[in-house]
Amino acid sequence: MGKLTDVWVYLSASPLMFLTLTLAAFQAGTWLYDRSGHKPFLNPVLTAVIVVVGLLTLSGTSYETYFEGAQFVHFLLGPATVALAIPLYRQFDRVRRSALALITSLLCGSLTAIGSAIGLGWVLGASRETLLSLAPKSVTAPVAMGITEQLGGLPSLTAVLVILTGILGAVLGPPLLNLIGVKDWRARGLALGTASHGIGTARALQVNELAGAFSGLAMGLNALATAILLPILWRLFF
Amino acid sequence: MLSALTLILCCQLAGELITRFAGLPVPGPVAGMVILFTLLAIKGSVPDDIGAVADTLLRHLALLFVPAGVGVMAHMGLLGQDWLPISVALVGSTLATIAVTALVMNRLARAGSSDSAEADNG
Repeated sequence: MGKLTDVWVYLSASPLMFLTLTLAAFQAGTWLYDRSGHKPFLNPVLTAVIVVVGLLTLSGTSYETYFEGAQFVHFLLGPATVALAIPLYRQFDRVRRSALALITSLLCGSLTAIGSAIGLGWVLGASRETLLSLAPKSVTAPVAMGITEQLGGLPSLTAVLVILTGILGAVLGPPLLNLIGVKDWRARGLALGTASHGIGTARALQVNELAGAFSGLAMGLNALATAILLPILWRLFF
Repeated sequence: MLSALTLILCCQLAGELITRFAGLPVPGPVAGMVILFTLLAIKGSVPDDIGAVADTLLRHLALLFVPAGVGVMAHMGLLGQDWLPISVALVGSTLATIAVTALVMNRLARAGSSDSAEADNG
C-alpha cells in the first residue's frame, strides 16, 4: 500500500498524468457522442469537463495541479486560432459575396448577446460585478477577460462564463437552428461563432467547412465589435 | 510539417507583438489569423503542408477547450452566489443570440441558396 501511495505522489506531481487524463476524457466523450448518433447534449467537451472535474474532486486535486499537465493542450488554442485562416481563405469567395449580410447579422447578434445577458441578469438581481462579467460572455476568453477588467468586473468569473456559454451554444445551437428552420450553412456558422466563439466554431467545423469559415470569422469580428460596443453601452445605461 | 508549424507560430508571435504594442482590443492569435490570411492571399493558394497542419489542429479544436472548461471547478463559490441570474442569462442570451444572428443572416443572404443543405445535427 505504501508503494502505491508513492506511485500516486510521483504521478500526480508530473504533467504526464493530467495531460493523459485530459486526452482520455475527451476520447471517452467523443466515443459516447459517436455512439449516441451525435446527440448535441452529449457534446464531448461537456462530457470531458464533467469527467475531469469529477475525478479531480474525488482525488482532492487542485485546478492548479491539473493545469500543469493540461497547459500543453491549452497552449495549442493559440496556433489553432491562427490556423482558422485556412478554412477562411478556402471559403473567402463565398464570405465576400455575403459581406454586407454578414456584417449586419453580426452586429444584430453582438447587440443581442450583450443586451440580453445584461438585461436578464439585471431583472433577476445579479450583482454589478456579475453583470459586468456576464456581458462579454459570447466573446473569446482573452478578449472577454480584458473587457471585463477594463469595466471593473471579475476576469476569472468571465473566463468561466465564456466557457459555459461556448458549451451551451454548441449543445443548444444545432437543435435551435433546426427548430427555427435555418438550413443555410453560412447563417448556421455565423450564429454559432457569434454566440459561442471557439467552442461553437469547433462544432461548426466538424459538420461543414463553409459553416466553420463563417463561424471562425464571426468569432473574430464579434470580439472586435463587443470590445468597442460594450464599454459605450455600459456607460450609456449604468 | 515542421516549417508549417513554425510559420503558424510566427504568425501568432507577430500577432501578439502587434496587439501588445498597438494596444488593440484583439487577442494575439486572432491578429495572427489575419496575418496568415494575408500571407495566403498574397501567395494565392494554401501550401499542402500548411493545409495539413491546420486541418489536423482544427479537427481537434474542441479538445483544446477542455483545460479551460475544467476551470469551472475553481469558481463554484462565485457561481453559487448568483446562480439563478447567471444560468437564466447564459441560456436565454445564448439562445437569443443564435436565433437573431441566424434569422437575420438567413433573410439577408437568401440569394445564394446553393449554400444551404439539409438540416442535421450541425
